[in-house]
Amino acid sequence: MNSRTVLSSDDISRAITRISHEILEANHGTEDLVILGIPTRGVVLAERIAEVIRRNGNALPADFLGRLDITMYRDDLDRKPSREVTPTDIPAGGLDDKVVVLVDDVLNSGRTVRAALDALREYGRPRAVRLAVLIDRGHRELPIRADFVGKNLPTNREEKIRVHLSSIDGDDSVRIEQ
Amino acid sequence: MSDFVLAKATLPDDRVVDIKVVDGLIAEIGNGLSATEVIDCTGLRALPGFVDLHTHLREPGFEQSETVLTGSQSAAVGGYTAVHAMANTQPVADNAAVVEQVFTLGQKAGYVDVFPIGAVTKNLDGTQLAELGSMHASSAAVKVFSDDGKCVSDPLLMRRAMQYVAAFDGVIAQHAQEPRLTEGAQMNAGEISAKLGLAGWPAVAEESIIARDVLLAKSLDARLHICHLSTAGSVEIIRWAKSQGIKVTAEVTPHHLLLTDDLAESYDPVYKVNPPLRTKVDVQALREALVDGTIDIVATDHAPHPSEAKDCEWAAAAFGMVGLESAASVAQLVLVDSGKSNWARLAEVMSHAPARIAGDETHGREITVGEPANLTLIDPSVSRAIEKQTSSKSQNNPYAGLHLPGAVKHTIFGGYFTVRDFELAEQGRH
Amino acid sequence: MMHLLSTADLNKDDAISLLDLSDEMAGVNERGLRKLPSLRGKTVVNLFFEDSTRTRVSFEIAAKRLSADLINFSAKGSSVSKGESLKDTAQTLAAGGVDVFVIRHSASGAALSLAERGWTDVPVVNAGDGTHEHPTQALLDAMTMRERLHGLGATRGKDLSGVKVAIVGDIAHSRVARSNIQLLKTLGAEVHLIGPATLLPSGFDNTHTDLDEALTKIKPDVVMMLRIQLERMQSAFFPSAGEYSRFWGLTEERFARLSDDVVIMHPGPMNRGLEIASLVADSRNSAIVRQVANGISVRMAVLYNLVSQERQINE
Repeated sequence: MNSRTVLSSDDISRAITRISHEILEANHGTEDLVILGIPTRGVVLAERIAEVIRRNGNALPADFLGRLDITMYRDDLDRKPSREVTPTDIPAGGLDDKVVVLVDDVLNSGRTVRAALDALREYGRPRAVRLAVLIDRGHRELPIRADFVGKNLPTNREEKIRVHLSSIDGDDSVRIEQ
Repeated sequence: MSDFVLAKATLPDDRVVDIKVVDGLIAEIGNGLSATEVIDCTGLRALPGFVDLHTHLREPGFEQSETVLTGSQSAAVGGYTAVHAMANTQPVADNAAVVEQVFTLGQKAGYVDVFPIGAVTKNLDGTQLAELGSMHASSAAVKVFSDDGKCVSDPLLMRRAMQYVAAFDGVIAQHAQEPRLTEGAQMNAGEISAKLGLAGWPAVAEESIIARDVLLAKSLDARLHICHLSTAGSVEIIRWAKSQGIKVTAEVTPHHLLLTDDLAESYDPVYKVNPPLRTKVDVQALREALVDGTIDIVATDHAPHPSEAKDCEWAAAAFGMVGLESAASVAQLVLVDSGKSNWARLAEVMSHAPARIAGDETHGREITVGEPANLTLIDPSVSRAIEKQTSSKSQNNPYAGLHLPGAVKHTIFGGYFTVRDFELAEQGRH
Repeated sequence: MMHLLSTADLNKDDAISLLDLSDEMAGVNERGLRKLPSLRGKTVVNLFFEDSTRTRVSFEIAAKRLSADLINFSAKGSSVSKGESLKDTAQTLAAGGVDVFVIRHSASGAALSLAERGWTDVPVVNAGDGTHEHPTQALLDAMTMRERLHGLGATRGKDLSGVKVAIVGDIAHSRVARSNIQLLKTLGAEVHLIGPATLLPSGFDNTHTDLDEALTKIKPDVVMMLRIQLERMQSAFFPSAGEYSRFWGLTEERFARLSDDVVIMHPGPMNRGLEIASLVADSRNSAIVRQVANGISVRMAVLYNLVSQERQINE
């Protein structure tokens, strides 16, 4: 098995910083912003993005960070290995009329995001929904695009992308394996 | 008829001898005998042909399960030369015509002697006596009567029947099951049935009938035979009755000597039988009783059923198991291989005693000169993995997959090989 | 798990995992759209050989909330009343393409027979087989107990350690009792069985025949009343409804002597005034209505689980 690192720890750090600034720029600040991480690694990335935003002295509503578990909303239940359903945590202010930024580690077929859009409907009616991902692989099956991308990584289907984030995996890196 | 010698066979008393058969009779017993054909029986145990006092041949009326022919064939494979066929056919064997029909079918088949058992009550309905005398006087010469499948639960009727048949030394064989205590019963009443949610068949339903009937036998000084004993409590009652000189005999099936009620946990109806499989304690008591003589015979209660009657949920399934072809192996396991008894006792419980109870004069005889050549030769050293399919028409075989000792190599019916070298003869004796 | 036949097949982790998933399903049921795409394109068959509107409707709602196609088969008036066997009925239906069988049958062991005799290879949910088991009932009961005892929203990962449960009634003939006893023990609860001696099964621990004495001694956290069938009177299990109610009914007097926070449960349908007083059934301690709602969540979780595991087993 071949494995090569495409993003180092520093690369990841820079990408997250850039995404955070892009989010602020597009939203003209932090008003009505809600950031929801998609488990498992999307949650860690969302926390880091929130941290960057706070560090830059931006005022943020007390509750703007949450998590959205989309497992039950998948429509390919019998084709993917079953994942445990973890709790969903929506900030106290709700989603009505908010700008929701979904955060995930890898954008691939787009099915995860589609399930996330279905799940969101349960909790309210956002004014807008945006998508931030660390890696965009490119093998889209649905007309879905990311608004904020850490890195575009064209790969072929046989290759596997491994995203490591220190709080879960011990180190920060993105590797391609084939 | 040919003449042949069974050379170097081991008798039940462990003597190694040659047995010479001429024209269907045992002509000579000795050593170094000669004949037209000499068959080497070194290492084989020669036993009197087995007699089953309790078999269901299903004909007339239920030929999809078994016929007199296929049942006879299965019996021969199991080492039997005579079987007594229970009366719960359709029409019921409650009159001379039906018993004669079954008797004739047996003769035509020619693999074993089929001695029909007559019903005690008309149509097995438990209210009116069947034509016991006529059945006895018929060419079938019935001496054993039973409503097996059902209990003669009316004490007055049981009393009358026992008294009536005593006149010609007949015997009533009781299927002991108090109906009111076993309504809708599916398996042994106990911890397993409570866990599985299956209605229980309590031991006391068998024991209470046996207790009543041995007292009736005592008061009449009449004979009594108890079918398929299944509980430790029943054994105690029989033991007491015999100690009182009551003329009671009892049988046990191979499955009650081996299998227990925990097998029902799979809900596989191959283990559904009446009376039901009981506990380890009961199995132990039955084995001890067979050794010490409290139980007189092994009787198979061979009960074939078609696959649709067993390939369903438990409550919808029929009761019964086949057993003619593994009976001898179970008897060997319990009596000989266990070290608790010997081949002489096996010959007694599989042949001499059942013949005596039924009054058979040509079977269950000692292996001596002048007796009919009804013999079976077993290879005790073989260990078989029992196959589901036997020579019976039905496959409801609870022994499938088990390893049992011994195999019948030859069965000789009046000098005719119904089984030779482990193979069933293509035709019966004619 | 390929099937859900008995609560004895669930170890502690499996049980808690299923209950946690049921809590998530309850969330879906309480929020807006009450619809998940998880079983879209799948066919669930309600194979009901016994009358039961409540359980059948509960499974129907559960299946539909998961976007499954649901077929209701009921034995009355079907080929079964003309003598068609369970095996043939199942094979006929399976030939049309079935992804889950939900079976209720009067014969104990029927669900296991359908699952394991090789008639079909479809996952099976036992919705009640004779007097043997009713596993989804036990799961919804456990879910309800978790909510009441740990608090709504604080149940995730929790078991029922140390919880004292008294089950009262015709235990011997109750599939609800059997499934509950096993599951509650797995979750660490202490289970007591109370009823007339004629209706207590053999081989079970903690049985009592005197209800008053038992309630005083045990001080249960949960009292589960079982429905009494008056037909049992005909087979002489107890002499009369009046005598049953007097000695084993949850009357207002008995209820008053229980702790303030006791949880009262009943699988339904209730015989008000017989095994349970009306006032007790309608009291704030009663979780009976919540049990019904939880039934839908539990059945959604079970169906979700069976379909998501199926492929893994086949792979």
